[in-house]
Amino acid sequence: MGHDLRWPIGAMFALLGALLAGYGLVSDGALYQRSLGVNVNLWWGLCLLAFGLVMLAFARRSARLNAPRPQST
Amino acid sequence: MPTAGLALIDYAVIGVYFLFVLGIGWILRRDMRSSEDFFLSGRSLPAWISGLAFLSANLGAQEVIGMGASGAKYGIMTSHFYWVGAIPAMVFVGLFMMPFYYGSRARSVPEYLKLRFDEKTRAFNAVSFAAMTIFSSGISMYAMGLLLATLLGWDFDVSVLVSAVIVLAYIVLGGLTSAIYNEVLQFFLIVLGFVPLVTLGLMDVGGWDGLTSRLGAVATEQGYAAGAWTNSWSHLGSASANPMGVEWFGMAMGLGFVLSFGYWCTDFLVVQRAMAAKSMEAAQRTPLIAAVPKMLFPALVILPGMIAMALTHQAGATGFALPTRADGTHTYDLAIPLMLIHYYPSGLLGLGLTALMASFMSGMAGNVTAFNTVWTYDLYQSYVRPNESDRHYLRMGRIATVGGIALSVGAAYLAAAFNNIMDLLQLVFAFVNAPLFATFLLGMFWTRATGHGAFLGLLTGTGAAALHHGLTVPVGAATLVKGGWLGIVLHQYPSEMAQNFWTAIWAWSACFVATIVISLVTRRTKSDDELRGLVYAMTPMPEHGHLTWWRRPATIGVAVLALTLALNLVFW
Repeated sequence: MGHDLRWPIGAMFALLGALLAGYGLVSDGALYQRSLGVNVNLWWGLCLLAFGLVMLAFARRSARLNAPRPQST
Repeated sequence: MPTAGLALIDYAVIGVYFLFVLGIGWILRRDMRSSEDFFLSGRSLPAWISGLAFLSANLGAQEVIGMGASGAKYGIMTSHFYWVGAIPAMVFVGLFMMPFYYGSRARSVPEYLKLRFDEKTRAFNAVSFAAMTIFSSGISMYAMGLLLATLLGWDFDVSVLVSAVIVLAYIVLGGLTSAIYNEVLQFFLIVLGFVPLVTLGLMDVGGWDGLTSRLGAVATEQGYAAGAWTNSWSHLGSASANPMGVEWFGMAMGLGFVLSFGYWCTDFLVVQRAMAAKSMEAAQRTPLIAAVPKMLFPALVILPGMIAMALTHQAGATGFALPTRADGTHTYDLAIPLMLIHYYPSGLLGLGLTALMASFMSGMAGNVTAFNTVWTYDLYQSYVRPNESDRHYLRMGRIATVGGIALSVGAAYLAAAFNNIMDLLQLVFAFVNAPLFATFLLGMFWTRATGHGAFLGLLTGTGAAALHHGLTVPVGAATLVKGGWLGIVLHQYPSEMAQNFWTAIWAWSACFVATIVISLVTRRTKSDDELRGLVYAMTPMPEHGHLTWWRRPATIGVAVLALTLALNLVFW
């Protein structure tokens, strides 16, 4: 089972974050009256995007460290 | 009652989640080469994955919706289900029981019972557990279908069938590994989907101080002290002083010892996640890692319920209120779902609803993977086709998954048609489960416990639970399902919860005493050699000297207990 779960977790949250933040940028401000005037799509979308990217960075670092080193007898 | 209409962005969020869930199953399908891969993830998972899955498998409908409802109804006292009713047991199973579960190489909890006791004890546990997982999974499906129909107007049949097909697909493709990987994904989704809800709710009520002051008014209006909703221990001196109707001994012994240790230490649904870990050390750390987010979960699932109650009593800036039934009581079960559609705009609403669906699906998948393992190893391989090839059992595991999902769908429709039947079934399972921890405790720590003692002790405990329930009633009981069905009522409890806690105490005590007495008068059938790896006195405990001090299971366990104690003191 050599699959690093951080890849799908990172990819999913980066994608969801980008979707929400993008929607937050283009949506009407009146939409956010219910969330106490805070553009939660934009702010929380950016948080999810950051979380996803951090996960992907960890997965990439781990993949590099565990990669077989090029070759001596 | 408010309902929500979803925008295209919400469907896009839900679609992304389903795509990843199915994608994980698809990628893992090539790894399922043996029955051990399918049922136990090839015992290859790192502790952080098995730990988060250990927690997430328990995050079903009852957890998220039920704890939110209890938060509204009882306040911070609901946190006892975490800080008293989960964490100590999780530390105990990690430090003291995992060496036997993992070290014995048993493939399931019923198989451990067979190795330690005998075939009849295993069969009793396997049959009752398999039936219970099917009904639990069915109840999860039913609750999700009902919720989506109520909130979004979605068709009940479509909701049940779509969720069933998705869970079926990813388990059949990737077995337990797929279920566990998706449980970890679902864990992050639930946390990240609910954090904004708590933040917005707290902003609306004026922070913790505003919440305390509003809930003080709720408490005094109902005849309790002002802190009854915001103190966890102060009002447990007598059952009449708190909204839960429970006193401290019933809480500590019934919930904190019998019920919590009975669930976290013996339920194969959660223990299976630890058995999939890659080493003994990882298996021991699994429940300890799970305990850290578990102790913080009240902030995510109980706090929204408390906020919903505070807002209902004295509306916040946005005018939220829980709907009221004809009899004047609130519809507490809708606390979290209604908060979601109240505060979340399109986009974030899709994320919140996906988190809610993820909790239902992880509960469902946890039950189905436990069912297919117990069915294949403990029932089919033991009693139907004992000497087949590994490939045959791998195929049977996939067939059992299809069967388990089909039976769960049937159970969901049974619940929809006869709500009382499900209440009755859950009651029967509670009778069977309550004494179980006494059997395991004696089995693991007393070499003299015999198979006859264990089996007859379990039956005695189950009988004692039924007898106690039949002779007592909670205040306001309207049906015999709530107790008193033997015609004579010897005691009336102030609440149904108090009755449940004391039923568990009687069941455990009867099983404990009966197992000891019967073991002492029956012949021991297992030699010392056969008990090696199964009983404390015969098993060398794992050495952790090679680990740095802060990575040792005992250190983590002590730290977890200290943090839990601190939380109890802060919210005393």
